[in-house]
Amino acid sequence: MAGTPFDLQLLNLCAALLLLLSFAMLAQRRVVTLVNLLAIQGALLFVATLLLAWRTGEHHLYLSAALTLALKVLLLPWLLHRLIRRLQVYWDTEPLLNISGTMLIGLLVVVFAFGLAQPIAALASTATRSAIGIALAVILLSFVTMITRRKAMSQVVGFLSMENGLFFGAMSATYGMPMIVEFGVALDVLVAVLVLGVFFFQIREQFDSLDLHHLESLKESPTFGKSPSPAPARSVQEN
Amino acid sequence: MLYIDSSMRACLALLALWALIGVAGLLRPMSVGFVGRMLFPLGALCGVVLAVVAATSIGAPAEQAVLKIGLPDLPMHVRRDALASFFLLLLGATSAGISIFAAGYFRRGQGTAPGLMCLQYHLFLASMGFVLLADDAYAFMVAWETMALSSYFLVTTQHGLPEIRRAGFLYLLIAHVGALAILLSFGVMQGGSWQFTFDAMRGAHLTPYWAAVAFLLALFGFGAKAGLVPLHVWLPEAHPAAPSPVSALMSGAMLKMAVYGVLRVSFDLLGKPEWWWGLVLLAVGLFSALYGVTFAAVQTDMKRLLAWSSIENLGIVFAAIGLGIVFHGVGMNSLAALALIAALYHSLNHAFMKSLLFLGTGAVLHSTGERNLGRLGGLIHRMPWVAWLTLVGALAMAGLPPLNGFVSEWLLLQAFLFAHQVPRTFVNMILPVGAALVALSAALAAYVMVKFFGVIFLGQPREPALARAHDAGLLERIGLIWLALGCLLLGLLPTYVIDTLRTVVAQFSGALLPSTGAPWWLLVPLAGRQASYSAPVFLIALASIVVLTALLVRRFYHHRVRRAAAWDGGFGRLNARMQDTAEGFGQPIRHIFGAFFAVQRELPSAFDSAPRYGVVVGDRIWQWVYLPLGTLVQRIADSFAWLQQGRISTYLLYSFITLIALLALML
Repeated sequence: MAGTPFDLQLLNLCAALLLLLSFAMLAQRRVVTLVNLLAIQGALLFVATLLLAWRTGEHHLYLSAALTLALKVLLLPWLLHRLIRRLQVYWDTEPLLNISGTMLIGLLVVVFAFGLAQPIAALASTATRSAIGIALAVILLSFVTMITRRKAMSQVVGFLSMENGLFFGAMSATYGMPMIVEFGVALDVLVAVLVLGVFFFQIREQFDSLDLHHLESLKESPTFGKSPSPAPARSVQEN
Repeated sequence: MLYIDSSMRACLALLALWALIGVAGLLRPMSVGFVGRMLFPLGALCGVVLAVVAATSIGAPAEQAVLKIGLPDLPMHVRRDALASFFLLLLGATSAGISIFAAGYFRRGQGTAPGLMCLQYHLFLASMGFVLLADDAYAFMVAWETMALSSYFLVTTQHGLPEIRRAGFLYLLIAHVGALAILLSFGVMQGGSWQFTFDAMRGAHLTPYWAAVAFLLALFGFGAKAGLVPLHVWLPEAHPAAPSPVSALMSGAMLKMAVYGVLRVSFDLLGKPEWWWGLVLLAVGLFSALYGVTFAAVQTDMKRLLAWSSIENLGIVFAAIGLGIVFHGVGMNSLAALALIAALYHSLNHAFMKSLLFLGTGAVLHSTGERNLGRLGGLIHRMPWVAWLTLVGALAMAGLPPLNGFVSEWLLLQAFLFAHQVPRTFVNMILPVGAALVALSAALAAYVMVKFFGVIFLGQPREPALARAHDAGLLERIGLIWLALGCLLLGLLPTYVIDTLRTVVAQFSGALLPSTGAPWWLLVPLAGRQASYSAPVFLIALASIVVLTALLVRRFYHHRVRRAAAWDGGFGRLNARMQDTAEGFGQPIRHIFGAFFAVQRELPSAFDSAPRYGVVVGDRIWQWVYLPLGTLVQRIADSFAWLQQGRISTYLLYSFITLIALLALML
């Protein structure tokens, strides 16, 4: 690609690596590795944001790069690793669908995402518009990851990876969201992880396991109650 | 004059003060002394001042303002006109009596802390006032919902009891369904301008079809709050559940907000109401009146009895509004004004007398711990203050002269008597039936009040524990006296009240009742007619007859030798069990109006060692409307229940598929 400047090529490389990482996450069964992959994804996002900030000269992008580094590369992976150690969950059980099947679905999803991104990319005026398809693919792939996992831990990683995809999508389509939104989302993600961490402990207390199929027992029984009870006695006479 | 410019500001300041008093309750939430002896009397004072300000501002022209509170770019509009002033007067005057009673009523107990209760109570008052001043749909709905929520928390003060939580839920549910209808009605009334100020709604020109839709939605919404049948089911549950001052406030003041809403929407926002809307209102109102009063007659719980009686009275008010709309629609302005005056007058009367009765039951409940009429009786000896003051309210409620209840019902009947002049065939034939129904309801209301007062206060105590009953305290007495005085004055000085109401009605509906030029002691509703009524003369006649009779009896009957039988033929002393009970008293009504009631009897067999007779009177509306509705909802919900698989992956898959489908739609 002779016409493309070097920094843009680097950006596209980052995007490609992100997509690759998503597939890696889809295939990965070790929870520890999954978290490491998430950290690498965060790091790539950081690099991409930095490159974009340098290229466009938008100051708020530097801030959001710093936020990415602090939150997604350092803090969240550290929190998750700590959680894994304390909960003793290193492995996920066999996913609901076998790995090769999942990969095939992933391929279809990517094709769909690229098809979807075509009209959006045509409208966008940013230099990174070609990456929109990749961002969409990352989001959808993370979703598939969440669907196919059994352990709550992997689902949280899928959730965070989805957020990364959203962030990347916003960045490539419009050079990032307004600062206030970005802060809000970052805070939300942090809180979500903390809350989910508490939930994990509660789930394990209840079921001695983090396997989510235990939650199925919470389902309401299919025997339905009677129709709403009639009014209470209006007045009772006694003699 | 000064007050013309600042009366709305004064009203708003007083409402804010109420809210502040409420917040002050949180300073020392557990202290009954601080909350009861300091804050509630302050709130009562606020109420008195509000009543005075509102009363002086009734004749003043309308005033508007934009408040700088609310969401960004969505300021709240306020407006005070004669109609708002009248209802502010009602709110202030009634709440003054109730607050001072409440000051002595609340004790330490289980349930909500006094300070929190103080907050809810005063927020309730302030939000009712703001409902009246609101001049855009946003401010109105915020105030309306604050009113519903604060009263919900007041109803569930004793939230430890499951039946009270249930009553509260029912209330909240119907309040929200009603609020939804009101919101939709506002949505229709803005008429495509997407401006939600009331000014824009006044200016919107709706086609007759959409105007009718807006009116019917508003009627549904406000009817749910007023307790019109079949939306009345929450009322007999919520009123007994709430503490008595709260029941008094809800019945006395909150139900009137629905009256205000219907008047505001039909006459002010929609402009000229169609005459057939009045027929709808008449039918619903009259049916509610009859239905309510028959159920009141068979109740054995005194607060539930009063709740059903509220349904009856609100039915009468709505029937009067309906009659006013019919007259207004066919251009008979002075009769329209007469009917509307009757509606407003009856609202004001009901606010005073129903609050008085609810507070009376509260005093009885406190001193005996008993709500069941079957366990009361003979309390006039133990609680003379409460008994005599409640008697004033009961007589007023029964519609007897010279008290206030008579005046408004008489005015309404006067209006009905001219209904045959309505230039619509059939309508002028049906309307006299309405007059008959009003008369029947009024008569049955008297029957209910005889039962209410007689069973609680007269005769002999039905339980030995009643001997320990004590009279109400000083603050409670002041509250009762305030309301009883209101009943008396509204009954004795009807000409002044009607003069005031004449300006109110003329301002909001344009229908003017011509002045008859009768002297202050003589009430002549329509010039040149025979009908007239003079409360003072009636009072003097009544008083002189009573005094004369008493003197005669004392002169000729007392101090004479009486001979008593040595054996009184097996007829020993009367005991408490021989008295007519609440059930016995209501039994004829239960038979005559048997079609209304779902009666379940429990009869003992002939060989029962401990025979037990029981009867449960249920509301058929439950079977006919609410149960089918509930079953339908349940069935719909059941048909979607398979969606719930209990597996997170499945739920995620649902979202994923939805997302993909929506995105594919975009492609």
